[in-house]
Amino acid sequence: MHCHDSGVKINIPPDSRKIVLAGNPNVGKSVFFNALTGLYVDVSNYPGTTLEISHGRYGNDVIIDTPGVYGISSFNDEERIARDIILDADVVVDIVDAVHLERDLFLTQQIIDTGVPMVVALNMLDEAGKQGRKIDIDLLEDLLGVPVIPTVAVKQMGMDELKEKICCARSGHIDIGLHSKLHELHDRVANQGEALLILEGDPVVAERHGIAPGSEREEIYLNRRARVNDIVGHVVSEGSKGLGFGSILGRMMIQPVTGIPILLFCLYLMYKFIGVFIAGDIVGFTEETLMQGKYEPFVRSIVGRYFSESSVPGSILIGEFGVLTMTVTYILGLLLPLVLGFYLVLSAFEDSGYLPRIAALTDRALSGIGLNGRAVIPIILGFGCVTLATIVTRVLGSERERRIAVFLLALAIPCSAQLAVIAGLITSLNGTLVALYVISILTVLIVTGTLLNRFLPGESTDLLIDLPPLRLPRIENVLKKTITKSYHFVLEATPLFAGGALLIGILQVTGLLEMLQRLLQPVTVGWLGMPKESATIFIMGFVRRDFGAAGLYNLGLNDFQTVIGLVTITLFVPCIASTLIIFKERSRREGFIMWSGVLFLAFLIGGSLNQVYRATGSVYGVIIGLISVLLATLLLTKIFVRKPKLTSEGINYGR
Amino acid sequence: MNLDKCKKGHKIRITGIGNSDIRAQAIRFGISEGEIVCCAEVVPAGPVVVQKNNQEIAIGRRLARQIAVELIS
Repeated sequence: MHCHDSGVKINIPPDSRKIVLAGNPNVGKSVFFNALTGLYVDVSNYPGTTLEISHGRYGNDVIIDTPGVYGISSFNDEERIARDIILDADVVVDIVDAVHLERDLFLTQQIIDTGVPMVVALNMLDEAGKQGRKIDIDLLEDLLGVPVIPTVAVKQMGMDELKEKICCARSGHIDIGLHSKLHELHDRVANQGEALLILEGDPVVAERHGIAPGSEREEIYLNRRARVNDIVGHVVSEGSKGLGFGSILGRMMIQPVTGIPILLFCLYLMYKFIGVFIAGDIVGFTEETLMQGKYEPFVRSIVGRYFSESSVPGSILIGEFGVLTMTVTYILGLLLPLVLGFYLVLSAFEDSGYLPRIAALTDRALSGIGLNGRAVIPIILGFGCVTLATIVTRVLGSERERRIAVFLLALAIPCSAQLAVIAGLITSLNGTLVALYVISILTVLIVTGTLLNRFLPGESTDLLIDLPPLRLPRIENVLKKTITKSYHFVLEATPLFAGGALLIGILQVTGLLEMLQRLLQPVTVGWLGMPKESATIFIMGFVRRDFGAAGLYNLGLNDFQTVIGLVTITLFVPCIASTLIIFKERSRREGFIMWSGVLFLAFLIGGSLNQVYRATGSVYGVIIGLISVLLATLLLTKIFVRKPKLTSEGINYGR
Repeated sequence: MNLDKCKKGHKIRITGIGNSDIRAQAIRFGISEGEIVCCAEVVPAGPVVVQKNNQEIAIGRRLARQIAVELIS
């Protein structure tokens, strides 16, 4: 299924209705979707990670999911997608969080204003009840003019009634003033929803009709807000409530004094789980015992009947870089367990509501590199998969931020696959060398980010983010999400790996590999101080960095060479999939500049470390060098700091 | 005064939001001009969290500087 500007392409039988699920982020839409269709849908607590639209059958009709949004317009991708699906709907099932009625009803009223028949599912009534909040459902139904069904979706309460009431969906009450304005447009724009969005100044919809976008967004929004507040005032009665443990913990997560230890503790648990348990125990079993112990000898014995391992086809299939041996062992034995582990943790984070709080906590630090707290989401995702993270940079508010984030992701954020290989190699090093590696990467990240922020034109946007209530992640959701994402990973990675292994295999049997190694000797041996065979890992690195990093195992490097190799390959160009996505997201020209810039910086930095080491003869010398570069950059940008521009949009906001 | 000068626990009325896109998003969240909200948390040099009923919104420091408020209590 593909999303286009004109909407979502789904095959819909002629006599069936399009029932669209709409709602704010984190209102439990996925649970409704599953209950109605029985199909899987990816859910996320963070606005911005559910860009895939799910749909499924419901009797004779089609149920279509939409991304969680606070309103429909053109503020971001989610809204644009939600807008087009909702405008095209026959019936909207609007899911409303009873705890956040004031916020959610804005979207409800906006969809009512589009004139589409609607049913409201008033969800999470149990949570609202716990907080002493009472809602007069009959009155809400009267005021909105559409059926309202009380539900507690996670306990499957109210679902049957909702199914019965979908057929009773009807258009709700619209403000009289707005109604007459919509009516005036009726001759030119037949669809009431599109007329509404044109009045609200949506540039995309206006252009579709060749009409200038209206300038009444603020007036319409304010009237709608007043109407919603009035409705809420009538239907809600608040009881007394104290701060629950969730809210107290939520507050602690964003205050640095408590928030940083909490974050570090979570990262430590993550390391214990992924870095120690999965990378050690699980991978030890899957890679060595299972794949290298059982699978590889089995394949070798079968292929060996037809080709000897030293023949050309034999060495391509089952040799050192064998498509059937190394590729399969590497993907299933090493990467799959790690990726599963990573997505498990990340999905739990997403579902719990912790990510927006990390965004608030890190906002200050990220503003130094021209990003705001929101960027912590693509950065954390980047440690899972840089390709995915590059797409998710769409949640950032400006082209400038996207440019910075995409470049930093490509340069200095190792993905889970690569981290795993790095973690394996790094355990053999002493503490000083580990520190050298970590400081190198952090220095590159901070210095590059600071310089980009200093020299890139334009302004970055500021943080404005909803902090959802903390909730215990639902195991079923987390598992489903983990499995789907890991499955996609294997689908995407396997052909790339096989292709890379094939390429290296061919280079090897044709003698080209030997030639390239000699050709690159000035760089590898002279500049980086590595053996000439290390050229192979960089050739592999073009396919996937982790593929390259894994090659470091067999080069017989000394400890310092290992660090140089690790630093260079960490900073090296991202995998082919990421590169393609960067080109797609950032235009070919910008993509090419980024890609070659990353390649250049990787060798520049790797080599510089080696040269400084040779000159000073000590690892401490290198570390001191790095720290001085870092401090010098921070100091210089502090002196020549960009003055925040305060234009008419700044401090003097008048009308 | 502006939102960045608020202290935790202050009850404030929002009187002006600089940028029109931010203003539109603020209306959706229910923290538009004229609304009374509570300053729930101030991260040192970082975002200010405002709260209205059960709704919590984190607002970056630079943006908070551009939001005019009036102290109620």
